[in-house]
Amino acid sequence: MALPVAFLGVFFVWPVVAMLVRGFVGETGLDFGGFAEVLGQGRTWRIIWQTLWMALAGTAGSVILGVPGAYALYRCSFPGSRALRAVASVPFVLPSVVVGVAFRALLGKGGAYEVLGLDGTTTAVVCAMVFFNFSVVVRTVGTMWAGLDPRAEEAARTLGASPARALLTVTLPALRPAIGAAASLVFLFCSTAYGIVQTLGRPGYGTLESEIWVQTTTFLDLRTAAMLSCLQFVIVALALALSNKMSNDVALRMNAAVPRRVGRADVPAVALTVAVVVFLLLAPMASLAARAFRHGDVWGLENFRLLATSGQGFTGGVSPVQALWTSVQIGLQATVIALVIGIPVAIVLSRRTRGAARTGQRLLDGLVMLPLGVSAVTVGFGFFISLRNMLPNEVMVPLVQAVIALPLVVRSLVPVLRAINPRLREAAATLGASPLRVLLTVDGPFMARGLGLATGFAFAISLGEFGATSFLATADRTTLPVLIAKLLGRPGADNYGMAMAASLILAIVTAGVMALCESSAKTQDVAAPATPSPMAQTLRVSPRPT
Amino acid sequence: MKQQKIAAAAVAALALGGLAACSDSGDASDGASGGKQESVTVLVHDSFNVPQDLIDKFEKESGYSLTTTAPGDAGVVVNQLILAQDNPTVDAVYGVENFSVQKAVDAGVFAPYTSDALPASGADYTLDGAVTPIDQGDVCVNVDHAWFKDQGVAEPASFEDLAKPEYAKLLVVEDPAASSPGLAFLVGTIEAMGEDGYQDYWQSLLDGGTKVDSGWSDAYYTDFSGADGKGEFPLVVSYASSPAETAGATGSLDNTCVRQIEYAGVVEGASNPEGAQAFIDFMLSDEVQASIPGEMYMYPINDQINLPDEWAKYAAAPADPIIADPAVVAENRDTWIKDWTALYEESGK
Repeated sequence: MALPVAFLGVFFVWPVVAMLVRGFVGETGLDFGGFAEVLGQGRTWRIIWQTLWMALAGTAGSVILGVPGAYALYRCSFPGSRALRAVASVPFVLPSVVVGVAFRALLGKGGAYEVLGLDGTTTAVVCAMVFFNFSVVVRTVGTMWAGLDPRAEEAARTLGASPARALLTVTLPALRPAIGAAASLVFLFCSTAYGIVQTLGRPGYGTLESEIWVQTTTFLDLRTAAMLSCLQFVIVALALALSNKMSNDVALRMNAAVPRRVGRADVPAVALTVAVVVFLLLAPMASLAARAFRHGDVWGLENFRLLATSGQGFTGGVSPVQALWTSVQIGLQATVIALVIGIPVAIVLSRRTRGAARTGQRLLDGLVMLPLGVSAVTVGFGFFISLRNMLPNEVMVPLVQAVIALPLVVRSLVPVLRAINPRLREAAATLGASPLRVLLTVDGPFMARGLGLATGFAFAISLGEFGATSFLATADRTTLPVLIAKLLGRPGADNYGMAMAASLILAIVTAGVMALCESSAKTQDVAAPATPSPMAQTLRVSPRPT
Repeated sequence: MKQQKIAAAAVAALALGGLAACSDSGDASDGASGGKQESVTVLVHDSFNVPQDLIDKFEKESGYSLTTTAPGDAGVVVNQLILAQDNPTVDAVYGVENFSVQKAVDAGVFAPYTSDALPASGADYTLDGAVTPIDQGDVCVNVDHAWFKDQGVAEPASFEDLAKPEYAKLLVVEDPAASSPGLAFLVGTIEAMGEDGYQDYWQSLLDGGTKVDSGWSDAYYTDFSGADGKGEFPLVVSYASSPAETAGATGSLDNTCVRQIEYAGVVEGASNPEGAQAFIDFMLSDEVQASIPGEMYMYPINDQINLPDEWAKYAAAPADPIIADPAVVAENRDTWIKDWTALYEESGK
């Protein structure tokens, strides 16, 4: 266990602490007095309120649309339901830079939703949050709903309850743990969102995350940034604690129910879900695609042809094609590191323990989850302050991405390992198998099931990571999301078209890798049936790149 | 526990393999220069671009291999210089601009150097020899000529005009807290209206319907009517060089132009100060100066260099731009941005 702990210590705790120390240690020594000053400003509270308000609205929207979605996509079978499920799972892994670009193309001048007047409003940001997180709710609640024993609801109906009453009094209470777990995770993602707030919101109406960015990069006011980081961390820690509490009392009894054909009563849920998928999820992706194929006033592949060039002026040499290649290389390295660190952690966390060992497990669990709650800006700057002299940039970028991907890798492996009956291991040991052999022959096959998904998420997160990478990437090893942001910031009509085309390609690559990894996980599911807990399902769809 | 040790060993081996793979690729990209050449490392902003053949020539003639690291825009460059001051890992820096250069000079991050290659047109901008101006540009309000012609409205001509109700609603600007042209424009309004008057001026702009975007591309490509996005605003804060792109369909308001100057400098405590000086001389060479408009969309600091045809025709540098005093900006920049942000947030309620 020493290696993963040392890894997190060196590549996460140290940089973050270095950053916080730099903020808190003034000329007169350690100084926490600034807290009072920062908390005394009305503006700080307005930003906290703004952060909470947007996160709560994003969460409410995701749950209100996601629960009917879970029913329609996991309980009902109708023509095209598989395709809808596939589409619904794409947004979550899309890089936030791409989503910002896509929403602006949709809401802005000339976009299909221009009439709504949402461009540059907080409502637009909340819509983008729902776009991202709809699938978190659908999957978490859906998998539990699919496994729910239908007989309880049938009994209620037989006894004369109306469908609405049966839903409210029987089904929803049974789903409460899954809904709660999903909601608190969505809240977590929404409250640390940076990319979409920055690209879609009104400037000056920031959240804690975007304010940390401004304080750090515009004012170099590390003291205020450190304090805001702590405030953000408190909010995130509360959300995580709530999430764990909600999911602890999840019942594990489940019968896989077969989706049934749609009846008349299912029409509202199915219609709503189809509308959400088409108008909220597909529309931004489609408008991005439309922009990618338009160069000036001409439709065609010109933007894609330009991807092999470095664009007009300003672009610093690297072409998007080269940047994509760099992204893939760094993504592979980050994935390997994340798996190498994540697998032993998952093995330790999945063992049933009690007493001191249990406490140790909880501490480790907390440590591994920490990167979820710390601002990418803080991590990126922390790397710069602490590790710059020791490591070349080419090594720092995969390392920082691996740290950010780690919570998710661990969380997608733990549940499958926990599903192993401990007696299998005992039996193998009794029959003379060495511990290594037990690990390989008993844990191994189960591990392989979770590994596909863990790999997919690690790779997708690395491909889309923007916040920390933008601080650390060198000019000749720029990743594609960072290059897209640069292209968008520069004069030259070609550069804009290239950013659109590159965004589309990044979206397709990320979604493709995810689909590949997920389908491999599914085929393995059939070979080795087991029942992952809803929390496991929740955390399978864990953090996305910020 | 034994199995964990084995697993840990396997993990360590894999990790080393992974790290080795990373550094391999790093070496490969640096390796081209070959030999045991001494290298010079330069921190640059992310718009830095010099043609490869000129870089090859520099490496051959100076004997140094050139490594650049580009962490972000001009603001990020200054931050990194200051944060890394105690233990610099770069020899030279390029891309610090005149709105933040004084802060870095005051922090003592530069070792004085005056290049023999410094042209007369740059002599006034060295901040007592601490830094070397390399190129310049101007942030100006751009006008969509066609829009004003179609509507039969006269184009505005000055800062004062922009605040009039008929023009304020046509203007889109950038957030000075997040965007460098946004900051340049804010400084321009302060120079034009005075420290006492600029807040009232902005109040008129915002009350009149001026839109604030978070970045330049949003403003120019989405909201400006004269560019690709065919937006609704025929006035935008952009660059004097932008009209070179539109072949005369747009132009800039010379009276609103604010000069940006980009500097290079030798980093105090550098391990290769001679290499850093050679890099600065290289940036001032006629060949690099001539490549600057095409590669970095700025004007060379050397006014003897000919501009490309399209620039000369549509985007000549404005004759008399506002040039802010770096010392005054350094002292007030944070206050100005914070006051502006407060004003802007208040106006949205």
